Amino acid sequence: MTSQPLPGGGAASPRWGVLHRRPRLRLGLLLGPPMLWLGVLYLGSLAALFITSLWTVDPFGGNIERVWNLDNYRDLFTIDVYRTITIRTLLIAVTVTVIDTLLAFPIALYMAKVASPRLQRALVIAVLTPLWASYLVKAYAWRGMFASGGPLDDLGITPGYGLVATVVTLSYLWLPYMILPMYAGLERLPNSLIEASADLGATTRTTMRRVVLPVLFPAAVAGSIFTFSLTLGDYIAVKIVGGANQMLGNVVYDSFLTGNNLPFAAAVATIPVVTMVIYLGAVRRTGALDSL
Amino acid sequence: MSTPAVELVGLTKSFGSVTAVDDLDLRIENGEFFSMLGPSGSGKTTVLRMIAGFEQPTAGRVLLEGDDVTARPPFARDVNTVFQDYALFPHMDVLDNVEYGLRVKKVPASQRRDRAMAALESVQLGQLARRRPTQLSGGQRQRVALARALVNRPKVLLLDEPLGALDLKLRRAMQLELKQLQREVGITFVFVTHDQEEALTMSDRIAVFSDGRIEQVATPAELYENPSTAFVAGFVGTSNLLTGEAAPAVLGREGTFSIRPEKIHLDPDVESGNTTARGTVADVVYLGSVNHYLVELDAGPTLTVLKQNLRDSTDQAMSRRGQQVTVGWAEEHVIELSGHTEQARQPEKKEKS
Repeated sequence: MTSQPLPGGGAASPRWGVLHRRPRLRLGLLLGPPMLWLGVLYLGSLAALFITSLWTVDPFGGNIERVWNLDNYRDLFTIDVYRTITIRTLLIAVTVTVIDTLLAFPIALYMAKVASPRLQRALVIAVLTPLWASYLVKAYAWRGMFASGGPLDDLGITPGYGLVATVVTLSYLWLPYMILPMYAGLERLPNSLIEASADLGATTRTTMRRVVLPVLFPAAVAGSIFTFSLTLGDYIAVKIVGGANQMLGNVVYDSFLTGNNLPFAAAVATIPVVTMVIYLGAVRRTGALDSL
Repeated sequence: MSTPAVELVGLTKSFGSVTAVDDLDLRIENGEFFSMLGPSGSGKTTVLRMIAGFEQPTAGRVLLEGDDVTARPPFARDVNTVFQDYALFPHMDVLDNVEYGLRVKKVPASQRRDRAMAALESVQLGQLARRRPTQLSGGQRQRVALARALVNRPKVLLLDEPLGALDLKLRRAMQLELKQLQREVGITFVFVTHDQEEALTMSDRIAVFSDGRIEQVATPAELYENPSTAFVAGFVGTSNLLTGEAAPAVLGREGTFSIRPEKIHLDPDVESGNTTARGTVADVVYLGSVNHYLVELDAGPTLTVLKQNLRDSTDQAMSRRGQQVTVGWAEEHVIELSGHTEQARQPEKKEKS
């Protein structure tokens, strides 16, 4: 290593020389800003959320009392309505994930393995386009669909506003997030693997079960992380098409805005976070994340 | 004649307006090591895929040991394939890969394991049974693919350029090993390759493909000594092609002829009764054990002459550039050809050495 200025370097070259000689400094400068973002803003706010959930609100003045206690969590687990809402939210998230997985698989399979390259591009665009439309527009569109006197009512099959409508709407909203990773996963699956399976004597069904689905599993898990977590945190769709039903997000929203109880809102918000951590941990054990 | 292992009758495959395989008839005998040789796009792989069942022929029939299997899907045909990219299942270890065929055919678990292990041992990979395909080298993957196919004891083993991805040394070793394995198991091998040397080394018989048709089916020696068309003469080995005006100028006859470079002698002995011609050495290409001399004949065409480096030093060989020489050959080494001259005018050696 020399301290000679780099060829063609002007006044700045000694400084570049320092960076060149000190790879750790270089790495620090490169990773510093994004790590700061991730560490302070992202994880920091999560920590703030958790800390806030351990405080309470003065019932008379409405000010936050910074006294450590677990009252919020006790309320959450002992008051029936919160338990019901938690279980309902989890069930909706699971149902939406299952529905999206079942819908996305044939679509992704067709896109990746059957469609001509032209049609394939068109389908990718078709799947992506709804993501450009406003969430509210799509949710209200579904409200119109479910309304009495709406298109589904004309067919006599509207479930009305409620949990079914919520599940349908959320499944619709998050479907692209399941199709895209599955499509990418199937794209990466060489046709020769499918041919090899058939060549070795496997029927189409056996090939699906023993080759396509296992290879696709990590992609489905990636998609499920999106559909599951997006559903857990959602509170707008259920407000628009869910009738009187509430999800965890609504409790957070109401506690904060109506109840002025930030610590309790924080405690409620911890539930989806913990759920996702548990889910990711379970998924990690299957090894599915290694190949993401 | 006994029932052939594979019989193709009027086999045709079109992709849109392109005819990949054109009205092909072929018999592959039982226990043969049969190669389909040709440049890329000549239809050889398409034929293999139609035998395996991955492609449906546009017309014609595929018979396996006399049974018409044209309409059967791949899983209902008693053939197995070794794929160009090996197509090992990435989510299974080596042993599970080899067991796959037996598993889907519901062979009892105890038998399955023993047969798979035996197949792995036969390709010297017993100790790697629990590895994942990604942890293996190219040569090892190739052996696993071979074991995975052979463990099912198919009537015919189809190999789609299986050595293409290996380096030259390994490829040579695998060629001999494959040939030996084929003799041991006695299964009919149908081997697709674009490498003429590979085909010559291993095959009992070779079909040379060009433009979806078979130019010639013959043993390696026959193919080399007696190519029937200019295409075969140019594709298998190197050839000096004399056609059009060149033929009467050099040989005194009309037609298309081929003379192999090693059959032409520089400074031939006068008494040997050779045909001779005079020319100038345009270039000398040094290839280690042999040299190629490009000799521009006074009569017009340029001939490639191959000479072993037995006594000449490199400098001596190189110093002959620009010199006047006499070349000669025995009349029996002039091979008369038919058809397809336009494709082989620039004979190209396909070997990557």
